[in-house]
Amino acid sequence: MRSSIMPLVQLADLRVERKGGFALDIPSLEIGRGEILSLLGPNGCGKTTLLLAIAGLLPRRSGEILFDGERLPRALFPLRCRRRIAMVFQESLLLDATVWDNVAMGLRFRGVGRNAMVDKVTENLERFRIAPLRDRPARALSGGEARRTSLARAFAVEPELLLLDEPFASLDLPSREALVEDLEEALRRTRTTAVLATHDRTEALRLSDRMAVMDAGRILQIGPPERVMDCPAGALVACFMGVENVSPGRVVARKEPRLVVSVAGHEIEALGELSVGTEVTVSLRPEKVILSPCDGHQDNDLPMRIQRIVPMGPYHRVYLSGPFPRVAIVSHRDMEEQRLRIGQVVRVSFEASKVHLSP
Amino acid sequence: MDLIVEGLRKAFWLLVTLDPEVIRITLLSLRVSGTATLLSLTVGVSLGTAIGLSQFHGRGILVSIVNTGMGLPPVVVGLFVTVLVWRNGPLGFLGILYTPTAMIIAQAIIATPIIMGISLAAIQQLPVELRLQILALGATRLQMAWVLAKQARLPLLAAVMAGFGGVISEVGASMMVGGNIKGYSRVLTTATVMETSRGNFDMAIALSAILLLLAYLITIALTYVQQRGRP
Repeated sequence: MRSSIMPLVQLADLRVERKGGFALDIPSLEIGRGEILSLLGPNGCGKTTLLLAIAGLLPRRSGEILFDGERLPRALFPLRCRRRIAMVFQESLLLDATVWDNVAMGLRFRGVGRNAMVDKVTENLERFRIAPLRDRPARALSGGEARRTSLARAFAVEPELLLLDEPFASLDLPSREALVEDLEEALRRTRTTAVLATHDRTEALRLSDRMAVMDAGRILQIGPPERVMDCPAGALVACFMGVENVSPGRVVARKEPRLVVSVAGHEIEALGELSVGTEVTVSLRPEKVILSPCDGHQDNDLPMRIQRIVPMGPYHRVYLSGPFPRVAIVSHRDMEEQRLRIGQVVRVSFEASKVHLSP
Repeated sequence: MDLIVEGLRKAFWLLVTLDPEVIRITLLSLRVSGTATLLSLTVGVSLGTAIGLSQFHGRGILVSIVNTGMGLPPVVVGLFVTVLVWRNGPLGFLGILYTPTAMIIAQAIIATPIIMGISLAAIQQLPVELRLQILALGATRLQMAWVLAKQARLPLLAAVMAGFGGVISEVGASMMVGGNIKGYSRVLTTATVMETSRGNFDMAIALSAILLLLAYLITIALTYVQQRGRP
């Protein structure tokens, strides 16, 4: 019996082979109804392969895929099931036809009547702000317009599950930000379950309810975006989530409720339930590091020299002499107020609660 | 030079006076080659698309056979069809040797691999992701094939032109299976060969000019359809 709390998609022991090797090995994954799941990871980590497998467009070697409780075959999924799913590829892949015809394509496949088709196409042309382009040939569209057309085409069929493969790739920043906003609005308004493959953690943070970090066809960590960002489950996830301060360490003492961890020659304090002697990976987001020219007042307080300052727009990346933490992110305003400069010795501090230890 | 000018003048005269024999030959050429092209189009595009979209064991060998067929010598086809429909041949009971029907069959055999090979290449040059995208929007396999064929319409029309051009201009097979019977199975190419062998160069040039004009007009029409709406 199907229940509203049953996940829309369930994967179990999914293994997909491509070009002779395993491209995907997912022991278990569930995607809830209305949930937006982001897949992050480097190129070739298996994000697109996972989307294609969920869409039923890629035969799997073994494992099960259940869609709305229905066990699906290894080859192409049955039409009734495919018609409840839509996928937007990294390339816009528009047909050599007008914008209108492209957006109407999925509806034509389904034999939707003329009036309903006009309503749905018009609604989605307006939703993605491309109504003025409706009669323009797709080949005459800019990259951003083409991307909007492909999204409108996918939303027009009102899918229960929407698979998005890097829908913002290779767009300029203003077009990207505008499109992220429109997509966010469309997803929230339609409450569509979605899986979004992306390289960009800020997009993932903004759009998703859960985030999965992948590498070599495996999911390394999955959870709420804030949790994955702040508590990466290993050096690889930390690196991909922009946690630049990662170092091996060892728990050397317990001072309830805190732990003393030896890392790169320093002793720092962190929170946790680990026993003394445990080898850990210590990670700390660079934006959690506080630099001050005067004596520190935080839990961890280390003197370090500023080696390099890299301006990054509204903030600066400050490289420090010590191996941990190695990088701090400082706002433009703090830089000016504290007159931080290369060669200066500063107090480096961070809250014990911001340090993440993974055994 | 005088011979060529005289030939062109005669061709013009035969056309403006609507010479009954020339008109009959021209119409039969159109009917035979047009029907053969239509048959080849149906079989060639369908099979070319199907092969282009499939993966199966031995596909590479099949594609190489199709590509070889694109250069099938008309006389070999003529010989094959003649043997097939010869009075004592396997299809001799049909009694179609030296008829336009036999010519249509021979020409269709010549044009089919040409259209199939170009169709196959046209479908294959479309991005694989486009097929997946179409399926991902809920298309059946038939709908996907139709949409892809529409996307490949430029090379597919080129296939039609190549197929029609191949059969309207061939002479060997038509001569062998049609027999060049006056008023019955004589077409522009076989008539041209006959007039040349008789030394009637002016008539031969006239028929050739009509053949060229015909091929050109049909190609213009197909090119117009092909290029319509292009920037």
